[in-house]
Amino acid sequence: MRRYLPFLIIIAVALVTGIAGAWLYRAKMRPLSTTPATVAAAATASSPAEQKADSDSLHVRGSASAAATLEIYGDFQCPSCAMTSAVIGDLEKDYGPRLRVIFREFPLAMHQHALEAAMAAEAAGLQGHFWEMHDMLYQYQEVWSKASKPGRFFSAYAQALGLNVERFEADAISDQAKARIMAEGDAGQARGVRNTPTIFLNGNEVRGAFTRDKLQAAIETAIAGKKKS
Amino acid sequence: MALIALCGLADATFLTVMHLTGDDSLCGSSSGCSTVLSSVYASVGGVPTAAFGMVGYFAAFSAAVCSAFGYPKARAFLSCTVAAMFLATLGFLYLQAFVLKAFCPFCLLSAALTFLLAGILVGTLPAR
Repeated sequence: MRRYLPFLIIIAVALVTGIAGAWLYRAKMRPLSTTPATVAAAATASSPAEQKADSDSLHVRGSASAAATLEIYGDFQCPSCAMTSAVIGDLEKDYGPRLRVIFREFPLAMHQHALEAAMAAEAAGLQGHFWEMHDMLYQYQEVWSKASKPGRFFSAYAQALGLNVERFEADAISDQAKARIMAEGDAGQARGVRNTPTIFLNGNEVRGAFTRDKLQAAIETAIAGKKKS
Repeated sequence: MALIALCGLADATFLTVMHLTGDDSLCGSSSGCSTVLSSVYASVGGVPTAAFGMVGYFAAFSAAVCSAFGYPKARAFLSCTVAAMFLATLGFLYLQAFVLKAFCPFCLLSAALTFLLAGILVGTLPAR
Protein backbone atom coordinates (compact mmCIF):
# COMPACT_ATOMS: atom_id res chain seq x y z
CA MET A 1 0.00 0.00 0.00
CA ARG A 2 2.83 2.40 0.93
CA ARG A 3 4.26 1.91 -2.55
CA TYR A 4 1.13 3.31 -4.17
CA LEU A 5 0.41 6.00 -1.57
CA PRO A 6 2.31 8.83 -3.34
CA PHE A 7 0.39 8.18 -6.54
CA LEU A 8 -2.89 8.17 -4.66
CA ILE A 9 -1.94 11.52 -3.11
CA ILE A 10 -1.00 12.92 -6.52
CA ILE A 11 -4.24 11.73 -8.10
CA ALA A 12 -6.25 13.15 -5.18
CA VAL A 13 -4.54 16.56 -5.52
CA ALA A 14 -5.14 16.54 -9.30
CA LEU A 15 -8.82 15.81 -8.72
CA VAL A 16 -9.20 18.46 -6.00
CA THR A 17 -7.42 21.05 -8.19
CA GLY A 18 -9.62 20.23 -11.17
CA ILE A 19 -12.82 20.38 -9.14
CA ALA A 20 -11.81 23.57 -7.29
CA GLY A 21 -10.78 25.24 -10.56
CA ALA A 22 -14.04 24.26 -12.27
CA TRP A 23 -16.05 25.44 -9.25
CA LEU A 24 -14.27 28.78 -9.18
CA TYR A 25 -14.76 29.19 -12.92
CA ARG A 26 -18.48 28.44 -12.65
CA ALA A 27 -18.85 30.71 -9.63
CA LYS A 28 -17.52 33.60 -11.69
CA MET A 29 -19.95 32.88 -14.52
CA ARG A 30 -22.84 34.99 -13.25
CA PRO A 31 -26.40 34.02 -14.22
CA LEU A 32 -28.07 36.14 -16.89
CA SER A 33 -30.53 37.65 -14.48
CA THR A 34 -30.98 41.14 -15.92
CA THR A 35 -34.09 41.50 -17.99
CA PRO A 36 -34.81 44.18 -20.58
CA ALA A 37 -37.25 45.70 -18.08
CA THR A 38 -34.53 46.44 -15.56
CA VAL A 39 -32.35 47.64 -18.37
CA ALA A 40 -35.06 50.05 -19.41
CA ALA A 41 -35.34 51.34 -15.86
CA ALA A 42 -31.61 51.97 -15.75
CA ALA A 43 -31.68 53.66 -19.11
CA THR A 44 -34.16 56.28 -17.99
CA ALA A 45 -31.63 57.34 -15.36
CA SER A 46 -29.10 58.46 -17.94
CA SER A 47 -29.40 61.92 -19.38
CA PRO A 48 -28.93 62.36 -23.14
CA ALA A 49 -28.44 66.08 -22.59
CA GLU A 50 -25.12 65.37 -20.91
CA GLN A 51 -23.75 63.76 -24.02
CA LYS A 52 -21.49 65.63 -26.34
CA ALA A 53 -20.12 63.62 -29.19
CA ASP A 54 -17.50 65.18 -31.37
CA SER A 55 -18.05 65.07 -35.11
CA ASP A 56 -14.41 64.04 -35.60
CA SER A 57 -15.32 60.53 -34.53
CA LEU A 58 -14.02 61.14 -31.02
CA HIS A 59 -16.18 60.24 -28.08
CA VAL A 60 -15.94 63.34 -25.94
CA ARG A 61 -17.86 64.37 -22.87
CA GLY A 62 -17.31 67.83 -21.43
CA SER A 63 -16.17 71.25 -22.49
CA ALA A 64 -13.33 71.76 -24.97
CA SER A 65 -12.08 74.56 -22.71
CA ALA A 66 -11.79 72.25 -19.70
CA ALA A 67 -8.55 72.58 -17.76
CA ALA A 68 -8.14 68.80 -17.56
CA THR A 69 -8.74 66.28 -20.32
CA LEU A 70 -8.81 62.60 -19.44
CA GLU A 71 -8.34 60.21 -22.34
CA ILE A 72 -9.24 56.62 -21.58
CA TYR A 73 -8.29 53.70 -23.76
CA GLY A 74 -10.90 51.20 -22.71
CA ASP A 75 -12.22 47.71 -23.34
CA PHE A 76 -15.88 47.20 -22.45
CA GLN A 77 -15.23 43.67 -21.17
CA CYS A 78 -12.33 44.67 -18.91
CA PRO A 79 -13.42 44.64 -15.23
CA SER A 80 -10.88 47.27 -14.22
CA CYS A 81 -12.20 49.54 -16.98
CA ALA A 82 -15.70 49.25 -15.51
CA MET A 83 -14.41 50.18 -12.06
CA THR A 84 -12.37 53.05 -13.46
CA SER A 85 -15.33 54.26 -15.51
CA ALA A 86 -17.42 54.53 -12.34
CA VAL A 87 -14.65 56.50 -10.63
CA ILE A 88 -14.35 58.86 -13.61
CA GLY A 89 -18.12 59.31 -13.69
CA ASP A 90 -17.98 60.53 -10.09
CA LEU A 91 -15.07 62.85 -10.86
CA GLU A 92 -16.97 64.33 -13.82
CA LYS A 93 -19.78 65.26 -11.46
CA ASP A 94 -17.33 66.83 -9.01
CA TYR A 95 -15.31 68.80 -11.55
CA GLY A 96 -18.10 69.76 -13.94
CA PRO A 97 -16.84 71.99 -16.80
CA ARG A 98 -13.25 71.77 -15.59
CA LEU A 99 -12.96 68.13 -16.71
CA ARG A 100 -13.33 66.71 -20.20
CA VAL A 101 -13.37 62.98 -20.87
CA ILE A 102 -12.47 61.26 -24.12
CA PHE A 103 -13.08 57.55 -24.63
CA ARG A 104 -11.00 55.64 -27.13
CA GLU A 105 -11.72 52.09 -28.21
CA PHE A 106 -9.11 49.51 -27.32
CA PRO A 107 -10.80 46.08 -27.28
CA LEU A 108 -8.39 43.38 -26.16
CA ALA A 109 -8.16 40.07 -27.98
CA MET A 110 -8.26 38.16 -24.68
CA HIS A 111 -11.83 39.34 -24.10
CA GLN A 112 -14.18 37.30 -26.24
CA HIS A 113 -16.93 39.89 -26.63
CA ALA A 114 -14.91 43.09 -26.34
CA LEU A 115 -14.97 43.86 -30.06
CA GLU A 116 -18.68 43.12 -30.33
CA ALA A 117 -19.35 45.42 -27.39
CA ALA A 118 -17.19 48.15 -28.88
CA MET A 119 -19.14 47.85 -32.14
CA ALA A 120 -22.40 48.13 -30.23
CA ALA A 121 -21.13 51.32 -28.60
CA GLU A 122 -20.09 52.68 -31.99
CA ALA A 123 -23.47 51.77 -33.45
CA ALA A 124 -25.18 53.63 -30.63
CA GLY A 125 -22.80 56.52 -31.25
CA LEU A 126 -23.97 56.74 -34.85
CA GLN A 127 -27.39 57.57 -33.43
CA GLY A 128 -25.90 60.05 -30.96
CA HIS A 129 -26.02 57.82 -27.90
CA PHE A 130 -22.48 56.55 -27.52
CA TRP A 131 -22.09 57.58 -23.88
CA GLU A 132 -25.39 56.09 -22.78
CA MET A 133 -24.39 52.78 -24.36
CA HIS A 134 -20.90 53.15 -22.86
CA ASP A 135 -22.39 53.55 -19.41
CA MET A 136 -24.79 50.63 -19.86
CA LEU A 137 -22.11 48.30 -21.19
CA TYR A 138 -20.00 48.93 -18.12
CA GLN A 139 -22.95 48.84 -15.75
CA TYR A 140 -24.11 45.46 -17.04
CA GLN A 141 -20.69 44.12 -17.94
CA GLU A 142 -21.00 41.12 -15.64
CA VAL A 143 -24.21 40.13 -17.38
CA TRP A 144 -23.48 40.37 -21.10
CA SER A 145 -19.82 39.39 -20.88
CA LYS A 146 -20.81 35.94 -19.64
CA ALA A 147 -23.34 35.37 -22.41
CA SER A 148 -22.42 33.21 -25.38
CA LYS A 149 -24.23 35.64 -27.70
CA PRO A 150 -24.24 39.07 -26.09
CA GLY A 151 -25.76 40.69 -29.15
CA ARG A 152 -29.28 40.20 -27.82
CA PHE A 153 -28.33 42.18 -24.71
CA PHE A 154 -26.89 44.97 -26.80
CA SER A 155 -30.09 45.12 -28.83
CA ALA A 156 -32.10 45.25 -25.59
CA TYR A 157 -29.93 48.12 -24.36
CA ALA A 158 -30.41 49.90 -27.68
CA GLN A 159 -34.15 49.46 -27.39
CA ALA A 160 -34.08 50.74 -23.81
CA LEU A 161 -32.18 53.81 -24.99
CA GLY A 162 -34.84 54.48 -27.59
CA LEU A 163 -32.60 53.83 -30.57
CA ASN A 164 -33.71 52.57 -33.93
CA VAL A 165 -32.89 48.93 -33.17
CA GLU A 166 -32.93 47.77 -36.78
CA ARG A 167 -30.40 50.42 -37.74
CA PHE A 168 -28.41 49.77 -34.56
CA GLU A 169 -28.11 46.06 -35.34
CA ALA A 170 -26.99 46.78 -38.89
CA ASP A 171 -24.44 49.36 -37.72
CA ALA A 172 -23.17 47.02 -34.99
CA ILE A 173 -21.89 44.59 -37.60
CA SER A 174 -20.80 47.16 -40.12
CA ASP A 175 -17.31 47.37 -41.52
CA GLN A 176 -17.39 51.08 -40.84
CA ALA A 177 -17.71 50.60 -37.07
CA LYS A 178 -15.07 47.88 -37.08
CA ALA A 179 -12.67 49.98 -39.11
CA ARG A 180 -13.05 52.91 -36.71
CA ILE A 181 -12.38 50.70 -33.71
CA MET A 182 -9.36 49.10 -35.34
CA ALA A 183 -8.00 52.48 -36.39
CA GLU A 184 -8.35 53.81 -32.85
CA GLY A 185 -6.71 50.65 -31.49
CA ASP A 186 -3.82 51.00 -33.93
CA ALA A 187 -3.42 54.65 -33.01
CA GLY A 188 -3.39 53.66 -29.33
CA GLN A 189 -0.74 51.03 -29.94
CA ALA A 190 1.35 53.56 -31.80
CA ARG A 191 1.01 55.78 -28.76
CA GLY A 192 2.32 53.02 -26.51
CA VAL A 193 -0.98 51.70 -25.20
CA ARG A 194 -0.71 47.99 -24.43
CA ASN A 195 -3.52 47.28 -22.03
CA THR A 196 -6.67 48.67 -20.55
CA PRO A 197 -7.50 50.93 -18.96
CA THR A 198 -4.73 53.26 -20.07
CA ILE A 199 -5.34 56.85 -19.11
CA PHE A 200 -3.79 60.05 -20.38
CA LEU A 201 -4.32 63.30 -18.55
CA ASN A 202 -3.66 66.36 -20.70
CA GLY A 203 -1.60 64.09 -22.94
CA ASN A 204 0.51 62.55 -20.18
CA GLU A 205 0.00 58.93 -19.20
CA VAL A 206 -1.25 58.36 -15.68
CA ARG A 207 0.38 55.25 -14.25
CA GLY A 208 -0.52 53.02 -11.37
CA ALA A 209 -3.81 52.24 -9.68
CA PHE A 210 -6.77 54.28 -10.90
CA THR A 211 -8.32 54.93 -7.54
CA ARG A 212 -10.48 57.98 -6.99
CA ASP A 213 -7.86 59.59 -4.74
CA LYS A 214 -5.06 59.06 -7.19
CA LEU A 215 -6.99 60.34 -10.21
CA GLN A 216 -8.29 63.28 -8.22
CA ALA A 217 -4.75 64.21 -7.18
CA ALA A 218 -3.58 63.95 -10.79
CA ILE A 219 -6.47 66.12 -12.01
CA GLU A 220 -5.77 68.73 -9.31
CA THR A 221 -2.14 68.85 -10.39
CA ALA A 222 -3.15 69.19 -14.05
CA ILE A 223 -5.60 71.99 -13.30
CA ALA A 224 -3.05 73.80 -11.15
CA GLY A 225 -0.47 73.44 -13.93
CA LYS A 226 -2.92 74.83 -16.48
CA LYS A 227 -3.61 77.88 -14.29
CA LYS A 228 0.12 78.62 -13.98
CA SER A 229 0.79 78.41 -17.72
CA MET B 1 8.38 21.21 -0.41
CA ALA B 2 5.19 19.43 -1.42
CA LEU B 3 3.19 21.89 0.69
CA ILE B 4 4.88 24.88 -0.96
CA ALA B 5 4.22 23.40 -4.40
CA LEU B 6 0.61 22.87 -3.36
CA CYS B 7 0.29 26.57 -2.43
CA GLY B 8 1.81 27.45 -5.79
CA LEU B 9 -0.65 25.15 -7.55
CA ALA B 10 -3.57 26.86 -5.81
CA ASP B 11 -2.21 30.30 -6.75
CA ALA B 12 -1.62 29.31 -10.38
CA THR B 13 -5.11 27.77 -10.58
CA PHE B 14 -6.62 30.99 -9.27
CA LEU B 15 -4.65 33.08 -11.79
CA THR B 16 -5.73 30.77 -14.62
CA VAL B 17 -9.39 31.14 -13.67
CA MET B 18 -8.98 34.92 -13.41
CA HIS B 19 -7.48 34.98 -16.87
CA LEU B 20 -10.16 32.74 -18.42
CA THR B 21 -13.06 34.65 -16.90
CA GLY B 22 -11.47 38.06 -17.41
CA ASP B 23 -12.47 38.82 -13.84
CA ASP B 24 -9.67 40.54 -11.99
CA SER B 25 -11.96 42.14 -9.44
CA LEU B 26 -10.36 40.11 -6.65
CA CYS B 27 -7.21 42.13 -7.19
CA GLY B 28 -8.99 45.01 -5.46
CA SER B 29 -7.95 48.48 -6.43
CA SER B 30 -4.63 47.30 -7.84
CA SER B 31 -4.56 47.95 -11.56
CA GLY B 32 -1.31 46.00 -11.82
CA CYS B 33 -3.31 42.80 -11.85
CA SER B 34 -5.35 43.90 -14.82
CA THR B 35 -2.30 45.26 -16.60
CA VAL B 36 -0.41 41.99 -16.25
CA LEU B 37 -3.33 39.64 -16.89
CA SER B 38 -4.49 41.51 -19.97
CA SER B 39 -1.03 41.90 -21.45
CA VAL B 40 0.21 40.03 -24.50
CA TYR B 41 2.46 38.00 -22.21
CA ALA B 42 -0.48 36.59 -20.25
CA SER B 43 -1.03 33.82 -22.77
CA VAL B 44 1.07 31.76 -25.11
CA GLY B 45 -0.68 30.41 -28.18
CA GLY B 46 -4.04 31.05 -26.56
CA VAL B 47 -3.10 29.14 -23.41
CA PRO B 48 -2.94 31.26 -20.25
CA THR B 49 0.62 31.54 -18.96
CA ALA B 50 -0.72 30.72 -15.50
CA ALA B 51 -1.83 27.32 -16.83
CA PHE B 52 1.83 26.52 -17.49
CA GLY B 53 2.44 27.49 -13.88
CA MET B 54 -0.22 24.99 -12.83
CA VAL B 55 1.57 22.26 -14.78
CA GLY B 56 4.92 23.26 -13.25
CA TYR B 57 3.66 23.33 -9.68
CA PHE B 58 1.78 20.06 -10.14
CA ALA B 59 4.93 18.42 -11.50
CA ALA B 60 6.94 19.83 -8.58
CA PHE B 61 4.34 18.61 -6.11
CA SER B 62 4.29 15.12 -7.63
CA ALA B 63 8.08 14.91 -7.61
CA ALA B 64 8.30 16.18 -4.03
CA VAL B 65 5.77 13.58 -2.85
CA CYS B 66 7.54 10.76 -4.69
CA SER B 67 10.89 11.96 -3.36
CA ALA B 68 9.53 11.95 0.19
CA PHE B 69 8.46 8.35 -0.32
CA GLY B 70 11.96 7.39 -1.40
CA TYR B 71 11.63 7.19 -5.16
CA PRO B 72 15.24 7.66 -6.29
CA LYS B 73 14.76 9.60 -9.54
CA ALA B 74 12.11 11.93 -8.13
CA ARG B 75 14.69 14.29 -6.62
CA ALA B 76 16.42 14.78 -9.97
CA PHE B 77 13.08 15.41 -11.69
CA LEU B 78 12.14 17.89 -8.96
CA SER B 79 15.44 19.73 -9.42
CA CYS B 80 14.91 20.03 -13.19
CA THR B 81 11.31 21.20 -12.76
CA VAL B 82 12.17 23.81 -10.13
CA ALA B 83 15.14 25.03 -12.19
CA ALA B 84 12.87 25.56 -15.21
CA MET B 85 10.28 27.32 -13.05
CA PHE B 86 13.01 29.49 -11.51
CA LEU B 87 14.20 30.64 -14.92
CA ALA B 88 10.65 31.27 -16.13
CA THR B 89 9.94 33.26 -12.96
CA LEU B 90 12.98 35.46 -13.57
CA GLY B 91 11.64 36.14 -17.06
CA PHE B 92 8.17 37.02 -15.75
CA LEU B 93 9.59 39.32 -13.10
CA TYR B 94 11.63 41.10 -15.77
CA LEU B 95 8.51 41.56 -17.91
CA GLN B 96 6.52 42.93 -14.99
CA ALA B 97 9.27 45.27 -13.81
CA PHE B 98 10.67 46.60 -17.06
CA VAL B 99 8.18 45.96 -19.87
CA LEU B 100 4.73 46.18 -18.29
CA LYS B 101 5.88 48.31 -15.35
CA ALA B 102 3.14 46.75 -13.27
CA PHE B 103 3.08 43.99 -10.70
CA CYS B 104 0.36 41.46 -10.09
CA PRO B 105 0.29 40.41 -6.40
CA PHE B 106 -0.69 36.82 -7.19
CA CYS B 107 2.14 36.56 -9.73
CA LEU B 108 4.55 37.87 -7.10
CA LEU B 109 3.28 35.25 -4.66
CA SER B 110 3.96 32.57 -7.27
CA ALA B 111 7.46 33.98 -7.79
CA ALA B 112 8.11 33.94 -4.04
CA LEU B 113 6.98 30.30 -3.81
CA THR B 114 9.23 29.30 -6.71
CA PHE B 115 12.19 31.06 -5.11
CA LEU B 116 11.40 29.31 -1.84
CA LEU B 117 11.32 25.93 -3.59
CA ALA B 118 14.63 26.69 -5.30
CA GLY B 119 16.16 27.87 -2.03
CA ILE B 120 15.12 24.73 -0.17
CA LEU B 121 16.34 22.55 -3.01
CA VAL B 122 19.74 24.23 -3.05
CA GLY B 123 19.92 24.24 0.76
CA THR B 124 19.26 20.51 0.96
CA LEU B 125 21.68 19.43 -1.75
CA PRO B 126 23.46 16.26 -0.64
CA ALA B 127 27.09 16.89 0.39
CA ARG B 128 29.64 15.41 -2.01
